[in-house]
Amino acid sequence: MAEAIVRLERVSKSYAIGLPAETEVLHGIDLELERGGFVALVGPSGSGKSTLLNIIGLLDRPTRGELLIAGEATSRLGDAELTHLRGHRIGFVFQAHLLVSAFTACENVMMPMVIANGRSSPRIEARARDLLDRVGLSAVADNNALNMSGGQQQRVAIARALAMRPDLVLADEPTGNLDSKSAQDVFALLREENRLSGTSFLIVTHNMDLARRCDGIIEVVDGRVRTA
Amino acid sequence: MMRWLPFVMTGALRFLGEGRLQTGFIVGGITIGVAVIVFMSAMLAGLEANFLRRVLTSQAQIQLLPPEQVARPLRNRPDEIEEAIVQRPSQRVISIDQWQTIVRRMEALPEVTAVAASMTGSALAVRGAASRSVSVAGIEPERYLRIVRLTDYMVAGRLRLASDDILIGIELARDLGATVGDKLLLNGMGGASRTLTVAGLFDLGNKGANLRNTYVALRTAQSLLGVIGGVTEIGLSVRDIYAAETIAREIAASNVVEADSWIKTNAQFFTAVRAQKNTNTLIRLFVGLSVAFGIAAVLVVSVIQRSKDIGILRAMGATRGQILQLFLLQGGLLGFAGSVTGSMLGAGALAYWHSVARQADGSELFPLIIAPGLFVASALLATATGVVAAMAPALRASRLDPVEAIRG
Repeated sequence: MAEAIVRLERVSKSYAIGLPAETEVLHGIDLELERGGFVALVGPSGSGKSTLLNIIGLLDRPTRGELLIAGEATSRLGDAELTHLRGHRIGFVFQAHLLVSAFTACENVMMPMVIANGRSSPRIEARARDLLDRVGLSAVADNNALNMSGGQQQRVAIARALAMRPDLVLADEPTGNLDSKSAQDVFALLREENRLSGTSFLIVTHNMDLARRCDGIIEVVDGRVRTA
Repeated sequence: MMRWLPFVMTGALRFLGEGRLQTGFIVGGITIGVAVIVFMSAMLAGLEANFLRRVLTSQAQIQLLPPEQVARPLRNRPDEIEEAIVQRPSQRVISIDQWQTIVRRMEALPEVTAVAASMTGSALAVRGAASRSVSVAGIEPERYLRIVRLTDYMVAGRLRLASDDILIGIELARDLGATVGDKLLLNGMGGASRTLTVAGLFDLGNKGANLRNTYVALRTAQSLLGVIGGVTEIGLSVRDIYAAETIAREIAASNVVEADSWIKTNAQFFTAVRAQKNTNTLIRLFVGLSVAFGIAAVLVVSVIQRSKDIGILRAMGATRGQILQLFLLQGGLLGFAGSVTGSMLGAGALAYWHSVARQADGSELFPLIIAPGLFVASALLATATGVVAAMAPALRASRLDPVEAIRG
C-alpha cells in the first residue's frame, strides 16, 4: 500500500464553540490520501467540503482529532510551524483564481519561493518561467496577472501551486468559473502535472464528469465522508 | 521583482504603487506637513541666528561694571533704629576699582577669549548751532574690536581712533550736519571739553544707537569725563556664549564688580524665542498627529482592500511577522517619501521667502540656514511616524484568519 500523504484521525470541526449557536460541521472524519493520488472531493453545498479542504491545507485547525501531513502530526504545532509546513508541502489553487494583482504572472509564480527564501534570485525566476512554460504561458509571463483571461489566470495559479514542489496540491473548484473548453484544459493540465511530478492532488468539484476521471472520489455529506 | 530587495520591501512597494491615487494623496498630505515643519524650523533658526549675530557683534557677551553705589546710614549705637526710608544715592561716573588687576585676572580665565576695558559717559556734541546729547565710549580699538565688530558697521571714513578722533552714527551726523573730516565740540558733564575730528561714520542698524553712540580713544574719554586712568566697563567674550550667565555669576562672586551677561540683558528676546519654540513644537506635534492619522487611515483601508491578497500570501507560507513587516514598511515608506518631497518644498518656500522678506533697512530678515541635519531629522521623524501609524493596521493584517481573508 502506498504511503499516506494526508491522514485524518477522527477529525471534527465546530464553530461558535461554547455558544448556544455552536455547530459541528465535520463529524469525526477518518481519511487517508495516498502519495501521488489524484482524488476528487465532491458533495452538496454546505456539506463541509471547503472546511475539510481548509483543515487539510492547514489554513484552519480541527476542533478535535489529528491531522498528519506526510506522517507529521500537526495538532501540537504552533502558527509559525504550520505556516512553514503549508508553505513547503502544500500548494493551493483557488476557485476565483486569486492571484496577487500587484504582480506579474511570473512574479505570482515566484511568490511562494520568494516568501520561503526571503528575496528573489535567478534560480527562482528560472523555475517560475519554466513552470509558466509548462502551463503554456511563457509568452505572457511578464503581463500583469489581472490582464489575463480566466483560464490563463487559473494556469498561473496552478504553476504557482507547483512552485515549491509540494507533496500535495489542494484545488478548490479550479474549473468552477471557466467555460467548458478552459475547464477541460485546466483539468488536463492538473492530470498531467500529477503524472509528471508525482504530486498528490485533492480537487473539490461539482462537476461529476471530471470527478469520475479522477483516481478516486471522496464524497462529503452532512460533515461525514463516503469514499468511492 | 528586484532580486536584492527583501520580499516584504518588494511587496510594500508594489502595494503602494498599485494604489497610486491613495498613495499620491497621502504623500501629498505628508509633504505639506513636513514642508510646514521644515519651513518654520529653518526660519525660526534663521531669525534666532540673525538676532544672536547682531547682539553678539554689537555688545560684549559679559559686561563688568562698578558695583552699584548705595547709601549706608551711620549708627551711633548698635541698637539704634535706622530711618524707615533711606534715600537712594545718585550714581556718579566712577571707575572700576583695580581694573587693571581685574583685566589680567579675566585674561587668565580659560573660558574667556577677549577682554577690553572702556570708559563710558555722557557728553554734549555741538556743531555750530546744533547740539545733541550723546554717549561717549572710550575704547582701545585693537582690544575692543575683538569683542564688538565695529568694522562691520562702518559706512564712511576709517575706523581710526587717534586722541582727537571720533566715530559717530549716521543719524547723529545727519542731525549735526557733519561728515567725515568735520570738527565736533564735545562738552563733558564735568565741564571738560574737546574738539574732535569725525574719522568715520557707522550704522548699527538701530536709529537710537546711531543717534546716541560715539566712540573715542580711551584716554580722550577719560579726560573728557574726568576719570583719569579709570574705566567704567570691562567687556568680555567667552568660548561658550550660552555659558555666559554662569561665568558672569562666578566672576561677580569673586571680584568687586557687577557682571551682566548678554543673556540677562536680552532676557525679553529669550522669552520671545522660547514662546516661538513652544508654538513651533505644538505645531509640529499637531502636524505630526495629522500625518500619523492620515497614514493610519490609508493603511486601514488598504488592509480591508487587500484582505484576499493577505490571505493568499498566508496560504503561500507568509508568516504573521512578514505580513506585519509588509504594512509597517508601507507606513515607513509613505513617511519617508513625504519627508523627501516635503523637505524640498519647505526649502524652496524658505528660499523664496528669504528672497522677498526684508527688514526696514533692506537687509535680509533672516539668514538662509538650510541645515542638512534638519532634513535628516525630518526624514527620520516622518519615517518613524509612518511606522508607528502603521502599527495598528499592520497588526490587524497580521492577525487576519487566512480562511476569512481569502473568503473576503
